Amino acid sequence: MKLRNSHAITIGLAGLMGSSVTALSAADLEFYFPVGVNAPAVATIQELTDEWASMNPQHTVKAVYAGNYEETTTKALTAANAGQPPQVAVLLSIDLFTLIEEDVILPISDLAKSDADKEWIAGFYPGFMKDAQFEGKTYAIPFQRSTPVFYYNKDAFREAGLDPETPPATWDEMIEVGKKLIVKDDNGNVTRWGTRIPTLGLGGAWLFGGLVVSKGDVLTTETGTEARINTPATVASLEFLLELAEQGVMAPGGITWGDTPKAFLEGQTASMWTSTGNLAFVEENAEFDWGVGFLPGGDGPGAPIGGGNFYIFQETTDEEREAAMDFIRFMTSPKSAAKWSIATGYVAPRPDAWETPEMKAYAERLPQALVALDQLAYAEREFATFQRAKVTQFLVDAIESVVTGNADAATALAEAQEGADKVLRDYQ
Amino acid sequence: MNKRLPIGLAAIMLVIPCSLLVAFTHYPAIQAVINSFWNNASSRRPSRFVGIENYQALMEDDRLAQVLVNSTIYALGTVPLAISLAIGMALLVNSRLPGTTLMRLSFFMPTMLPMIAVANIWLFFYAPGIGLASQILGLFGLPSINFLGSTDTSLASMMFVAVWKEAGLFMIFYLAALQSVPTNLKDAAKLEGAGPVRVFIDVVLPLLRPTTIFVAVNALINAFRLVDHVIVMTEGGPNNSSALLLYYIYEVTFRQRDFAYGATLTVLMVVLLGILAIFQFWILNRKAHYQ
Repeated sequence: MKLRNSHAITIGLAGLMGSSVTALSAADLEFYFPVGVNAPAVATIQELTDEWASMNPQHTVKAVYAGNYEETTTKALTAANAGQPPQVAVLLSIDLFTLIEEDVILPISDLAKSDADKEWIAGFYPGFMKDAQFEGKTYAIPFQRSTPVFYYNKDAFREAGLDPETPPATWDEMIEVGKKLIVKDDNGNVTRWGTRIPTLGLGGAWLFGGLVVSKGDVLTTETGTEARINTPATVASLEFLLELAEQGVMAPGGITWGDTPKAFLEGQTASMWTSTGNLAFVEENAEFDWGVGFLPGGDGPGAPIGGGNFYIFQETTDEEREAAMDFIRFMTSPKSAAKWSIATGYVAPRPDAWETPEMKAYAERLPQALVALDQLAYAEREFATFQRAKVTQFLVDAIESVVTGNADAATALAEAQEGADKVLRDYQ
Repeated sequence: MNKRLPIGLAAIMLVIPCSLLVAFTHYPAIQAVINSFWNNASSRRPSRFVGIENYQALMEDDRLAQVLVNSTIYALGTVPLAISLAIGMALLVNSRLPGTTLMRLSFFMPTMLPMIAVANIWLFFYAPGIGLASQILGLFGLPSINFLGSTDTSLASMMFVAVWKEAGLFMIFYLAALQSVPTNLKDAAKLEGAGPVRVFIDVVLPLLRPTTIFVAVNALINAFRLVDHVIVMTEGGPNNSSALLLYYIYEVTFRQRDFAYGATLTVLMVVLLGILAIFQFWILNRKAHYQ
């Protein structure tokens, strides 16, 4: 409110002085964003936002850090229901169906009328556009996109007599290599595990999707009305997770998403499966030689695509929509995307960003950054349906109950499938 | 001083608090009851009256059953534990030991911290392998326990945090009560030959009863009201083993955006709390002896 007033005064003064500032195109943007990784993300977003604001003095923009992904979605939807949504927000790509059902977002392809706009939308990696589109319209613009990758401690590999340049490529290799990487203390307690795959919560469900993809299946399709929770691929994937614990390669019980990078950096585990968005954090804090590889796969490589996209909300004026489009174009421009990617490790969503000198220098300095990009060819959409939060909960419960030893894979998945189908029946 | 307010002015002044009460308490409560008889409408599903369907769903909800069991264990575990710990601490800081000021401060410290901060501190303590708890276990050669990642320990871990945070506040109430126990009663008991334990059980404890009832009511309300640590530390997991009723309502309503079922759960919670309150006031009226 305060901002708005001072802005009005500025415009008023400019008008009095007869300057050529066009008050017509002025817009006050509010921009919600989440942080889902250990990276100096807030500072970088603020820098980029400030840069856009200084280039567009007729507009104002307020970047609001709104917590993790789920919290940000909750806040944006609550604000939208109250009639005061942010004009633009970065939200989970998988929340597309929820946002469409709540009828709060605009298809960006409807706003992109000029040829230049259309060309711009066509310039993103198709892999990242898969879950930004619905019924032929593009609803979102990829921004902080990632796939999980396999981080491993090369020093630990050398210590165990393994080749530090060949990370395990298959599940069998993972178990075999993992066993060699375990270190125990005099009491027989494990001080370093072979690997660490988060299995709890939404992060656990995300990685689980990658296991399923590597077995040649998908959890959900582009319709948003189908959940494939109980399939041979999901059963095999859950059994692989159990096998890791049974063979002593991975700590038994549930494994949290948040502690994983820390455990890796502290040497509690010789390898971990986590988002490429943690690349910068690992680079900065690792006191050992480390490498990155594709996720070991069941029948071949496979990974889930995750992360967040830009959305524009419906309850906006034409000026705000125009400003929001311009803002998003700026944030995904080669230079900004390169800066964002280097600061975090997220995969720059457009090929032209990878052509910038900054990005080229970065890829040379940190070749690990290229792994996620290469893996994109084998990646599939993340679990997304209508009523995503509710339906995913069935999958999350099934995974959690199995890894904590409270149910067997087949029963838990069958139950989850039944629950998910019941919810989705309304949409089919 | 004793001049009467004109009736008109009094009415106007009453309107303000009344309208606040209606806007923020009665209207939402009634709306929740109404919502619980409708389906969860959206742009893709038309709104329709479903009668008691949502309540039937309550009966068949396995997650709810687990959540209710969790909440019961949580309340039955944390309330007596926090109370006995608070009495113990109050006795300790009420004694004439050296350093009682420092003790009072340190016992009260957890209460001053916001629950979110407490949860984040404990998140670090509980982290398997790297956390404080693991390191202490490691000193004794024990394997580290995955406190928050195991269905066996996650709820107990939540309860421990709650007791740690709450006991300090209750200690203050007990301390005040202990200091108002008349010394002549204690002296009389001592003259009759009662030892310190006998004095505590037969003289001090009965005089603490009003405090205990007050604290118990508060502790019970908190057991249902405070779920910040669950959100920060486990999000109810793994496999719903640490989900409490209010957390479940939050998740269903705001994360899953099922406002109808969320309203139904809210009605359930209000009814449960109402029953508990009636029960407690009944006990309170019968057993408490105020001077």
